Amino acid sequence: MFAYLIRRLFFFVPIVFGVMLLTFVLFFVVQSPEATARRVLGQRANPKAVENWLHNRGYDKPLLVNHNPGEPWHDSLFLHQMGRLATFDLGASDVSGRPLRDVFIQGALPSLLLTLPAFMAGLALSVGLALYLVFIRNAKVDLFASFLCVALMSIPVMVYVIFGQFLVAQVLNYFPAFGFELQGWSTAKFLLLPVSLMVVSGLGADVRLFRALFIEEMGQDYIRTARSKGVSTPSILLRHVLKNGLINLITLVVASLPFLIMGSLLLENFFGIPGLGNVLFSAIQAPDFAVVQASVFLGSLLYLGGLLLTDLCYAWADPRIRLQ
Amino acid sequence: MLTLRNLRIDFGTGPDRVQAVKGVNLSIAPGETLALVGESGSGKSVTGMALTRLLPQPPAVYAGGEILFEGQDVLKMRDSELRKLRGGKIAYVFQEPSTSLNPVFTVHSQIAEALRLHRPEVRDISGEVAHYLDMVGIVDPAKRMHDYPHQLSGGMQQRVMIAMALACRPQLLVADEPTTALDVTVQAQILDQLREIKQQLKMAMLLITHNFGIIGGIADRVAVMFRGEVVEEGPTEAVLRNPQHAYTKALIGCIPQLGQRRRRLTTIDHASLG
Repeated sequence: MFAYLIRRLFFFVPIVFGVMLLTFVLFFVVQSPEATARRVLGQRANPKAVENWLHNRGYDKPLLVNHNPGEPWHDSLFLHQMGRLATFDLGASDVSGRPLRDVFIQGALPSLLLTLPAFMAGLALSVGLALYLVFIRNAKVDLFASFLCVALMSIPVMVYVIFGQFLVAQVLNYFPAFGFELQGWSTAKFLLLPVSLMVVSGLGADVRLFRALFIEEMGQDYIRTARSKGVSTPSILLRHVLKNGLINLITLVVASLPFLIMGSLLLENFFGIPGLGNVLFSAIQAPDFAVVQASVFLGSLLYLGGLLLTDLCYAWADPRIRLQ
Repeated sequence: MLTLRNLRIDFGTGPDRVQAVKGVNLSIAPGETLALVGESGSGKSVTGMALTRLLPQPPAVYAGGEILFEGQDVLKMRDSELRKLRGGKIAYVFQEPSTSLNPVFTVHSQIAEALRLHRPEVRDISGEVAHYLDMVGIVDPAKRMHDYPHQLSGGMQQRVMIAMALACRPQLLVADEPTTALDVTVQAQILDQLREIKQQLKMAMLLITHNFGIIGGIADRVAVMFRGEVVEEGPTEAVLRNPQHAYTKALIGCIPQLGQRRRRLTTIDHASLG
């Protein structure tokens, strides 16, 4: 188990390196550092200022490998940045110069406030509804639920956002349709709408998936055994079906956990929530390579962490699985 | 104790309706063992499952007749009465032990679940679980009961199934092909064990099987099912020695005999049976 963990963590290194290399190449193919400097400083900035800007950020170094005579081969932009990231030093923003560590820590809280409640409520609601559908076993209700789920899945998120903002701001005029202030419990009024939209927009797909998963469980031989013992249907669903369904559910759910911290690109933008999704969005627009790079770095670590967590949870939920 | 009167069971409705059981009459006395023999699709398992209305509706439809258990019609029972009947008075052992036990719960927790439902007065649940595991021949039950099903062999899993069925002291045990998935030596051990326990607990048993070869020493009476109907019924010895119905004869003819040299195994010609 411990050896398994070490081996898995060891594999993180080449994967993250590959991801970083790809991001680096893609970014600088699209736009050279000079072009970035000119966009930040203005098209008419004098060459000296551009040169200074590039030098301060290390962008005057060769990109991947240093071929200049008399200089060591590893004195390049990419390898310098990798060395920095290896010590978890995220550097500073190209545009504002703020340390990215602070930027990310500051952005993580609003992101989590949005995604964590939405994730929990969404999961509880979709598992509950799916179990209920399996419990009543009524063809007409099933058909209606399927129709509703497909409808929920088919409507683009934008429509939910526009309709929700219209309803809240124009019709109900109860809580704000846009904006964010971090001030104790009253923060909730800014989050209620985006959180509900996130829950509703994901509900259709999840309910259908979980329902299919639970129905498959219901057909298993051990469910027949449980029924033959006189176990009631609610107990069968909550004990036998849920615990077995959990094993399948884990793959879908746990891997997405780390992404909650990255926030929701779309919703944060529409609702003006200063979370990490928003940070990344404006970094791509700026463009701010330092922010994109740090985001990709943290993102790939989180993704790999999520996969590892999935496997650990598998072993926890299913006694047949042993990690070695 | 148990009487089936003209029991009819269909699957599906409308034009796709299939009649699986077509008016079956059977009875089992307390302590008696009845073997229900027939090929796959003859309706024997459906009959066994119907005794406590275990067949999921839909697709199953209880189309007619009566299932009288101690004078009460199972087909008219409320859900709460059915749950008392299942496991408590009529318990089941199924064919495939590897899939019939829930893979994510320990043996102990699965037997304890049945005990809590039907014998809430039992204080020492672990002791009771160990007692029944010991009865079905599991060595070191106090330790093995904390195993998960996948840690046990097929024969051990089936013993656990039997222990789980016995733990609630049922009056009738429905053993639906209890040894079909096991290899021959384990088969014999399990059957011996069932015979012994049945006498010890004075419990009635419905043994459902396709194999005439295994019922000899264990069943008091035998009923032969063919295409949803009981075509022959009588004391086991009499039926084995002197079968009346053509299908019964054919079925008995299929048992391979020791010391006989045959080039081909006997098969049943369905066309000749009409």
